[in-house]
Amino acid sequence: MSDLNGLRIADKKHIGLAEMLKGGVIMDVTNAEQAKIAEDAGAAAVMALERVPSDIRRDGGVARMSPVKKIKEIQKAVTIPVMAKARIGHFVEAQILEALGVDYIDESEVLTPADEHFHIDKFAFRIPFVCGCRDLGEALRRIGEGAAMIRTKGEAGSGNIVEAVRHMRAVVSGIRRLTTLSPEELMTEAKNLGAPYELLRWVAKAGKLPVPNFSAGGIATPADAALMMQLGAEAVFVGSGIFKSSDPAKRAKAIVQATTHFKDPDVLARVSEELGDAMVGIETSKLAEKDLLQTRGW
Amino acid sequence: MNEMRVGVLALQGDFGLHAKALEKCGVEAAEVRKPVELDAVEGLVIPGGESTTLLKLIEAWDFVPAIEKFHRAGKPLFGTCAGLIILAREVESPRQFSLGLIDVAVERNAYGRQRESFEAPGVARLDGVDTRIEMFFIRAPRIRRVGPTVQVLAEHRGEPVMARQGSVLVATFHPELTDSTAIHRYFCGMVGHPRVAA
Repeated sequence: MSDLNGLRIADKKHIGLAEMLKGGVIMDVTNAEQAKIAEDAGAAAVMALERVPSDIRRDGGVARMSPVKKIKEIQKAVTIPVMAKARIGHFVEAQILEALGVDYIDESEVLTPADEHFHIDKFAFRIPFVCGCRDLGEALRRIGEGAAMIRTKGEAGSGNIVEAVRHMRAVVSGIRRLTTLSPEELMTEAKNLGAPYELLRWVAKAGKLPVPNFSAGGIATPADAALMMQLGAEAVFVGSGIFKSSDPAKRAKAIVQATTHFKDPDVLARVSEELGDAMVGIETSKLAEKDLLQTRGW
Repeated sequence: MNEMRVGVLALQGDFGLHAKALEKCGVEAAEVRKPVELDAVEGLVIPGGESTTLLKLIEAWDFVPAIEKFHRAGKPLFGTCAGLIILAREVESPRQFSLGLIDVAVERNAYGRQRESFEAPGVARLDGVDTRIEMFFIRAPRIRRVGPTVQVLAEHRGEPVMARQGSVLVATFHPELTDSTAIHRYFCGMVGHPRVAA
């Protein structure tokens, strides 16, 4: 157990695993075959889910935790960490994932929420959680509940980077703002953000979150991955972007290279050549509020 | 040597934490993403991360001959967790390519998955001095065999977890995750006083 200003946060060994994933790409997979392609391409971890976000968006219905059998097949197929998604607030799906020994649980807005009021108490588990956020307040609430890694939400399954950029900028500028506030301003800021005061004080002083901050939701090209890294993401999650493209293995490899060499335009140009077609993508500003995934969770 | 520059292989993993630890030791840390950048550093840390991913990036960027040459020149290497797996002579579960620069055999993910990750107090023998350390084992490998000329510097439950052979230092755990810089200081000492590789 680790604590900040007397406030409990996730175990250091769990934050440590997120540290090990930095500079890497975590790829959504729905079966063992895709997991193997992801591992061969250099993924730092895979994320097991029932359907990739763009299919959830297209087909509708309730999106749940991946079937147990699929998760076991994926665990057998690869040696890299296997993460899996649970529905927001569905602590029994999380208990099952813990029993299966997945390496990280993503309490994810991509699945249909199970609880409209409460997120999972992440301290009740022996395995770590990653949670999504759209701004600093949401990030700090999840860290306060025990998340060992944060990822900005973006808009999953859209193939459009605009929401990911918006959320990363909101978190980064929110942190920068905290560092400029005087001590007497911090309690009001905590009230405005709806975030734990002790955590906020720690971030104001450190100028960063106490857990790694990755980016998700809309990354479809090597350039998108590098953009998020240059904006301050420490690693990236890629969902539909890989297995909804015309040549997943090639695109996956290119995104891995782009995430490592995110500051090197020559490398980015080279890996962006001859990739085949990217996923089509959606203009997110044309999506109705009810069709947005990012507004799930609070 | 005042202007000592130590590289950290920055392809994937917790290279940022290693760089910070090195800087706390008063040396300049340089992120290395291309083989040519090895020319500008006197020692190299291969960080924790995913060894499968690291290996693919090492091969894609032709780092193998460059690190071998670096080693032949007597320049020290320090590998933690995945870094150890890259440097070891033999790797099991699964068998995979490694650089073979330290005579140990390692088994990957040998304690289990993240649920089985743990921390433990320990003692490292650094320059003949027993030093208390905090050890984080995260999906860690286990050293299953050490060669006759390999020096074991720390143990956990009777098994080697930190070892050195000539200019190569390895640990199955993550000193970069702790506030102590004792082990990084020891490595900087190796860089400051390099010995010819055994």
